[in-house]
Amino acid sequence: MGAWATRQRYLIDFAALSLWRHGARSLGLWLIYVLVVFVVASVILYGAAIRREANAVLDAAPDVVAQAMRMGRHEMSTGADIEKLRGLRGADRLEGRLWGYLYDTSAAANFTLQVPSGFDPRFRLERGEAIIGEGVARLRKVEAGKMLFLISPARRFLKLKVKQVLPLGSALVSSDLVLVGEADFRAFFDLPAGQYTDIAMRVRNPAEVGKIAEKSLLALPGHRMVTRADMRRTYEAIFSWREGVLVALLSGALLAFAILAFDKAAGLSAGERREIGILKAIGWDTGDVIGMKLWEGAVVSVGAFLAGTVAAYAHVFLFSAPLIEPVIKGWSTLFPRVTLTPTVDALQVATLGFFTVVPYLAAILVPIWRTASADPDRVMR
Amino acid sequence: MILHPPILALVLASLIGCGLIAWASLFAWRLLARWDLASGAESQIALERRTYLVSTVMAFVMAMQIGALVLFVFNADRMAAMFVGAMCAVGTLNASVYGFPALYAKMAMFFAASLWLVADHVDGRGRDYPLTRFKYRLLLAIAPLALVEAGLSLAYFLDLKADTLTSCCGSLFTPNKDGIAAEMASFDAASALGLIAAALLLAGGTGLAAGSGRLPTGVLRVASLAHGAASLFVFGAALIAIVSALSLYVYEHPHHHCPFCILKREYGYVGFALYLPLFAGTALGAGGAMLRTLPLPASLNVALPSIAGGLARASVAAFALFAAVAAAIVWRSGLILIGG
Repeated sequence: MGAWATRQRYLIDFAALSLWRHGARSLGLWLIYVLVVFVVASVILYGAAIRREANAVLDAAPDVVAQAMRMGRHEMSTGADIEKLRGLRGADRLEGRLWGYLYDTSAAANFTLQVPSGFDPRFRLERGEAIIGEGVARLRKVEAGKMLFLISPARRFLKLKVKQVLPLGSALVSSDLVLVGEADFRAFFDLPAGQYTDIAMRVRNPAEVGKIAEKSLLALPGHRMVTRADMRRTYEAIFSWREGVLVALLSGALLAFAILAFDKAAGLSAGERREIGILKAIGWDTGDVIGMKLWEGAVVSVGAFLAGTVAAYAHVFLFSAPLIEPVIKGWSTLFPRVTLTPTVDALQVATLGFFTVVPYLAAILVPIWRTASADPDRVMR
Repeated sequence: MILHPPILALVLASLIGCGLIAWASLFAWRLLARWDLASGAESQIALERRTYLVSTVMAFVMAMQIGALVLFVFNADRMAAMFVGAMCAVGTLNASVYGFPALYAKMAMFFAASLWLVADHVDGRGRDYPLTRFKYRLLLAIAPLALVEAGLSLAYFLDLKADTLTSCCGSLFTPNKDGIAAEMASFDAASALGLIAAALLLAGGTGLAAGSGRLPTGVLRVASLAHGAASLFVFGAALIAIVSALSLYVYEHPHHHCPFCILKREYGYVGFALYLPLFAGTALGAGGAMLRTLPLPASLNVALPSIAGGLARASVAAFALFAAVAAAIVWRSGLILIGG
């Protein structure tokens, strides 16, 4: 084992020196390598970070949401529906929710109007008061204490005093939010009492969520039940899919890069060819030359991998990934400004390695062998 | 198919690996038919030259396969969030009929790949290509396995659909069901721990004997073969111990037998600390024993015994690490399974 390790150490030493001597020639390829790693790493890091954010957001979502359906379309639920669910053992904090969308012509953006949950005392609102998200405040240029005016599609007018602007930390879900009191909401949208957008409930024991959704469906056959696990899976699938599509599209670029690496490795300069000839003439065998060249490839790969990953990390977590954000997150006028929590895990790094280093190494194997197995007298002549 | 980056990476690795192995086995076929070291013909020299390429390519593929096994399991665990009923890798693997076969094929590929890497490494130490014929016969034996493995992985990933209803580990690893998983779970904890301890002692003893350079050659050879057999025994006993006892200690729960949940972040990825030394120890032990089954070529008179001894010692070290992690798990756990 000792002899083997020593031999490898000398080979690495030689490979590093050789890279140093011919470095300028492969610098261009190295930069492209860094760029490839950077793009793929940005996609993978960003996808994972946004999935994590979505997951954190869903922690606060209700366990089960019941939505009335008619002819396959969403319908309003009624107070009678809520009464049918009352007394369901294990269910807790049952309430009808009121929320809807408003296209705001002055800001050219969709706002979400919502009545805060009666179980949450932090958001208790008097008539004429509102709590707004960071995006709404930004677009309408208002702050706490100022007035916010909204006009409904039916030309109904709503004058609200901004009680509070929600903190940036929750911007991913609350950016476009306008929280108003129930009376204001019903008057604004002309919604009769006893009608609700949907019904939300908590379940005390997480193991019973599925059962309670099932029982609720028996009580309200016209409704569809959405559990928090369903929402989580949907987000997971959507973001993974977008991430995967991007990576799949990038595979064309990866192939092009592999061909470039192949080409570059195949075309040795006369100097390098002579050098290998001399090495073989003084006693190196083909295996040694291959080993040395592989170490060269490994040094180049590790360098490019580290540089590309660090750059991608900065791109995603310091600058919120301006280059790829709209593709993965989605887009709209009222875009949440969100700083992602930095996280990198081994799965992402391993995936990234498989996508970038493996094709590179696979591409340079044949050219390396061709170089290494040439006859010394033929190359030196 | 779910377009998930790790899945794409695994499919990419499978396709590259499968293509390269298919190409290498065509070469192996030609080599076995025409290899004649005594000949100085142009075709023989071309063959000798090409063996370097094939060796390098295969070493690359095998190393990639070993990495792919780890990525496969890690990814299966992460994807559990996408399937109804899945809590860990078991649910993801169960989401398609090809899941577990693909895992087993990947594990078989891992061991086959490590044996090949050992043979290739030793062959490189002799100047006259001493193990070339053996190496390429082994390659031809591995090739169908690689094709099956790639096929199963591809079938599995193509068959995966989000929102599939699947079963969680709790329903698979329960003592009162049928099947191997249930049999393993129903093993009594004390006897399972006794079995693995005996297996580790056996592997340790034979391994140290095989790794000490001072014994006569015949004894070394027997010790080496015994160590190979003991390594396989450790592997089986360790899997039983993990399912029936060690995982219980990790979860501190007397009825949760899952051997995959220990790979999760909640348990500090302790599963990787158990499985990596276990797989490494088994592969190294089997590799050392494989070398000793070969007739000793003159050019490897010194190198082969020293490498086989080194492999045995490394295998013992890996098993010792496994034993230390397992003992730490039992020691630090708040669960009392035996006595108390």
